[in-house]
Amino acid sequence: MIRAMARAATTADAFNAVAEPRRRQILDVLSGGERPVNDLVRELGLAQPQVSKHLRVLREVGAVDVRDEGRQRLYRLNGRALKPIHDWVKAYERSWSGRFEALDDVLDDLKEQAKGDGGNAE
Amino acid sequence: MPSSASAAVTLPTDEQILIVREFDAPRELVYRAWTTPELVMRWWSGRRGRMKIAEIDLRVGGAWRYLMQADGGFEVGFHGEFREIVPNERLVYTEIYEGMPDGDSPPALNTATFVEHDGRTTLELLTEVESREIRDMIVESGMEGGVQEQMELLEELARSLR
Repeated sequence: MIRAMARAATTADAFNAVAEPRRRQILDVLSGGERPVNDLVRELGLAQPQVSKHLRVLREVGAVDVRDEGRQRLYRLNGRALKPIHDWVKAYERSWSGRFEALDDVLDDLKEQAKGDGGNAE
Repeated sequence: MPSSASAAVTLPTDEQILIVREFDAPRELVYRAWTTPELVMRWWSGRRGRMKIAEIDLRVGGAWRYLMQADGGFEVGFHGEFREIVPNERLVYTEIYEGMPDGDSPPALNTATFVEHDGRTTLELLTEVESREIRDMIVESGMEGGVQEQMELLEELARSLR
């Protein structure tokens, strides 16, 4: 359990890294494909040092990859690294799903009762 | 209808969690199951334990409190107060988690809306907290539960294979 929680905390950090509005914007732009830094600077309307700072945070959690091509640095999304973040929310979803399945059973009983009480339920 | 019956969780802003789920029942019944203590006793703990207490004083300013005994043996308590009540349509209530090491958690504000379409009801549950840290904590509590549930499923599976 402790190991599971430590992993959750790490994932939460990654989630926080990609939750920052500017960084989310960067990810949005990169979802259209690989882009050089200059493109990101232009699209975000931020100074290059700021963009570089955001890119560094995204690289630290593995959300983006970078490679050099000639004189350009190209950034792209790393879908596999984003998966744990997706899973993090999914686990919360699962715990609610269990609760809602029990609620489905209660509703089935209520519908049966409503029928018995004179056919109020369609 | 398993596909439409799964709950969808999204994080619309840094301070919000939104859960959307469709139920095959009219909204009066979903609302009744959501607000009647004897019925809440039957579903709120889901597969994670059993309910010990469900108290609901369904009026604006009225209090509610749920206590669940989790499968691990420990008790988990939540309480809050109703802020807005539109029968069969909308509930706004605070929610405080009692299990924090340093006392109660800061209150979250929940808004539950019930929308009926063709005899089916879509529930939207919006949870709003003060900070991203608190939101993440809430989501992580589900992570823990999720891991627990996976273990239980595994155990069930293992037993059935015996």
